[in-house]
Amino acid sequence: MLTGKHALVTGGSRGIGRAIALELAASGANVAVNYSGNQEKAEEVVKACMEYGVHSFSVQADVANEKDVKAMVKQVTTEFGALDILVNNAGITKDNLLMRLKEEDWDAVMDTNLKGVFQCSKAAVRPMMKQQEATIINISSVVGVLGNAGQANYVAAKAGVIGLTKTLAREFSSRNIRVNAVAPGFIQTEMTDELGEETKEKLLAEIPLNELGQAEDVARVVRFLASEDSRYMTGQTLHVDGGMVMP
Amino acid sequence: MAEQILDRIKKIVVDRLGVEESEVKPEATFKDDLGADSLDVVELVMELEDEFDLEISDEEAEKIATVADVVDYINAQQ
Repeated sequence: MLTGKHALVTGGSRGIGRAIALELAASGANVAVNYSGNQEKAEEVVKACMEYGVHSFSVQADVANEKDVKAMVKQVTTEFGALDILVNNAGITKDNLLMRLKEEDWDAVMDTNLKGVFQCSKAAVRPMMKQQEATIINISSVVGVLGNAGQANYVAAKAGVIGLTKTLAREFSSRNIRVNAVAPGFIQTEMTDELGEETKEKLLAEIPLNELGQAEDVARVVRFLASEDSRYMTGQTLHVDGGMVMP
Repeated sequence: MAEQILDRIKKIVVDRLGVEESEVKPEATFKDDLGADSLDVVELVMELEDEFDLEISDEEAEKIATVADVVDYINAQQ
């Protein structure tokens, strides 16, 4: 379904990003797997992608760093000859109650989770505009919509991603570049494994479908937004959260 | 040299904006005469950067209004 398409997934070495990279590869897309620190994990994902018979390689970049990002997009367009699908997934957490939240932790989360989307989209749109067809999918979060005590930085960044998605959708609609977001709920990853049992139980009570999501649940929706099946959708945020948000 | 540059610029403008070559006169403004919107202008600037292998700063790009502005700018850079 995505045969012959060329994708870049940021933060693709683990968690939801890993599942997205594999899902796109399984659908026939060539996939560049971006990582910031863990080359070994990224190479594992590359290998798994190649088992689907597609072209794949890893590319190191700090998504908030303009120079890194420009070089990354250049590498992708050189290797693949085009960039059809950008998935802005890279994200970090530095949780604390606002009163204890350090400025550096605010900045670090904003840089990766929000500025990273800006940098990667800006660099990717250049080749995409020439192609006259492409799609960008930004990974937001349920907490960007609902808010969450102890995550002021993360929530602000993820809410920002939704606004940024709508604006990019409007700016590039005339070039047939569709921009959508996915807001995962509580998905079982290393990021949520860190939560305590008590927190998890409270969480489950808030989830109508009464279970944590799997990374693949998110990846399948990303694949839909990357494909022609969603050709008439742009600027949207799809909630993959077991029913936590019903907008 | 200047002629050649004008021809290369004309080709890009014709390609990008879908206008007739005869419309791409030196005094023609991109927005009013050639029907470009702001994104078209950004795109044109990007194409020019690639074609002439140079970087046009945002400040310089904002000053570009007519075809002649582009010719003058490129000439000054060569």
